[in-house]
Amino acid sequence: MADRPRTLVEKIWSDHAVSLRDDAVSLSDHVTASDPGAPAILAIDLHLVHEVTSPQAFTGLRARGAKVRKPGQTVATADHSIPTTDPSIPIADELARKQLAQIEENCREFGIPFYGRGSGSRGIVHVIGPELGLTQPGMTIVCGDSHTATHGAFGALAFGIGTSEIEMVLATQTLLQRKPKTFRVQIDGRLQPGVGAKDIILALIAEIGVGGGTGHVFEFTGDAIRALSMEERMTVCNMSIEGGARAGLIAPDETTFAYLKGRKFAPQGVAWDEAVAAWRKLPSDEGATYDRTIVIDGDKLEPMVTYGTNPGMGMPISGRIPAPADVGPAFRDDLERALEYMGLESGKPIAGQKLDVVFIGSCTNGRIEDMRAAASVLRGRHVAPGLRVLIVPGSQQVKREAEVEGLDLVFKAAGAEWRESGCSMCIAMNGDQLEPGQYGISTSNRNFQGRQGKGGRSFLASPLTAAASAVTGVVTDPRTLTDVAVGFLFAEQTSAVEAH
Amino acid sequence: MPESFTRTSSRVIEIPRANIDTDQLCPARFLKITDKANLADALFFDWRFTPDGKRREPVSFIDEPHNQGRQFLLVGDNFGSGSSREHAPWALRAWGIRAIFSTSFADIFKGNALKNALLPIVVSPERHAALTALFAANPDGEWTVDLDALKVTLPDGSSFDFEIDPFNRTMILAGTDEIGYVQAKLPAIEAWEATHPARVESREGIPAQ
Repeated sequence: MADRPRTLVEKIWSDHAVSLRDDAVSLSDHVTASDPGAPAILAIDLHLVHEVTSPQAFTGLRARGAKVRKPGQTVATADHSIPTTDPSIPIADELARKQLAQIEENCREFGIPFYGRGSGSRGIVHVIGPELGLTQPGMTIVCGDSHTATHGAFGALAFGIGTSEIEMVLATQTLLQRKPKTFRVQIDGRLQPGVGAKDIILALIAEIGVGGGTGHVFEFTGDAIRALSMEERMTVCNMSIEGGARAGLIAPDETTFAYLKGRKFAPQGVAWDEAVAAWRKLPSDEGATYDRTIVIDGDKLEPMVTYGTNPGMGMPISGRIPAPADVGPAFRDDLERALEYMGLESGKPIAGQKLDVVFIGSCTNGRIEDMRAAASVLRGRHVAPGLRVLIVPGSQQVKREAEVEGLDLVFKAAGAEWRESGCSMCIAMNGDQLEPGQYGISTSNRNFQGRQGKGGRSFLASPLTAAASAVTGVVTDPRTLTDVAVGFLFAEQTSAVEAH
Repeated sequence: MPESFTRTSSRVIEIPRANIDTDQLCPARFLKITDKANLADALFFDWRFTPDGKRREPVSFIDEPHNQGRQFLLVGDNFGSGSSREHAPWALRAWGIRAIFSTSFADIFKGNALKNALLPIVVSPERHAALTALFAANPDGEWTVDLDALKVTLPDGSSFDFEIDPFNRTMILAGTDEIGYVQAKLPAIEAWEATHPARVESREGIPAQ
């Protein structure tokens, strides 16, 4: 039994399942019907909370007279509805102001650490968890946000939950869960210059579709994944949900440990050595089996961009927009409607499509390496006339780091807006949004109809592609910029990784 | 507190689209509420209204007069993809939807729906095609969903069985509160925690704000 090879997910699962067998818990206390198999009670190590999906859970908690059972395993911040303007400016939107006041009040009442407006540690919940060292290998991590999969980059089982489940975790620090199936995503080879983590995940989703991973948890493996920095790994895992998988994990390794060492909430001293020893046992065993496997050749990947209204409608940037007649009948209606909404013409190259707005930021691509990538393209260049370019750091710490490196000056000199941190135009709840009919290229994760503003039309791409497009005002392959720029960029990214 | 569901009969609204995401079900700008009020109005909002607030012509699915009061949806693959917002099932329930027929549901949406006694009924592609044909032939026929018997009865008198997670089925039939169920297991959870110390302490070292 002990020798059966296990996957990373299986190991984390058995380390956290309070009852290991699905049917081990009797229902008889509460349910009088015949005794169906109950799900496992899964212990949760870390619960991240934000202002949008939590208020009704706290209301429920109060109604049942319950406390937050483990406030020390809970952290809250404000990211979704918070303005990215100067914090000294009052919040104009009354509903957002009320919601932000509500989370502060809820955290005070229930004793939860809260990083609010004005806190130097505030930021997008999936950016601050890792940068504070709260996110660690082998943990179970949940948040009322589907991009919780981001934390899987550390080899944690991390997934999004609804508000009822938020209330469950607040009240019990556990969740009722069925064991997910596993889906191995192996990215072989080595990425070409100009191709990055965002292109890997967009290529995967284009391949398997937005429902391709439903019922499964991804484990990303292969040489191209191993070669990624921690921040790039987060970009890959972040969009697992866009491929239908609630979670996406990467086994921890030296890159993971080097990133975590010395961070505020990471173990220190002897505890650090013990933790690393335990983390080294987490990677999937040789011979472990997965329910599904896909292998992608990383050498052949190109910069990717979406053309449609879900993240699965993605294509290599050198390609032409597909025609409904060229796809299967199941996909044809979807594609026709998407092209109509997007106002795009089948057969035309995606490169060269006109843009109104460029958004660089979000939990997918709002970290310091993303800021550096954007700056490497924008340094010494100017954004195209008439184009609005918003650059929004993922956290206040990312903002400070970027400013220490002078990246803010690069952006401002190029004619871009440099904002306070938050989800911003990824979800368009805070006033940062596309106007009806506008085209935006965005480093975020969703191109659903209206996602970035009513009637707005989104192209998803990497920070390099978005920054290159900012210069030209049209969808642009970053590899078409001068070799000098691309060479410089890669030297800079490599040195940044080595510096960790 | 959760509501129960045992057996319901209703006519059906067909929305023949795949990959209906939660941003369509409840656009993000409606997530600034701190309660669950008025979510029926947010359902499919941008399908129903133009960006400048005019009702679209022709009206969208749920605004069609003959669809008022209908409680079942027949939709395409992968319903409820995207965001984890429970506002999506709240909005569907607030509008009056009690069961949804599809070939597949996104995982987070499915879990959220079950916690709100909104039944995600998964059918095979063949069954889905048959239901679509049956709906086309008889768009005003009443279907009956019986959660106790795990059976759907169609207007032509035929019926078929469906599956719902047995635990969720039991909880929904009885209207049982899952949190209360787990709270009753707290002694077992505490015993487990005694040998599995917390891995992180978020309250340490946080400056007073």
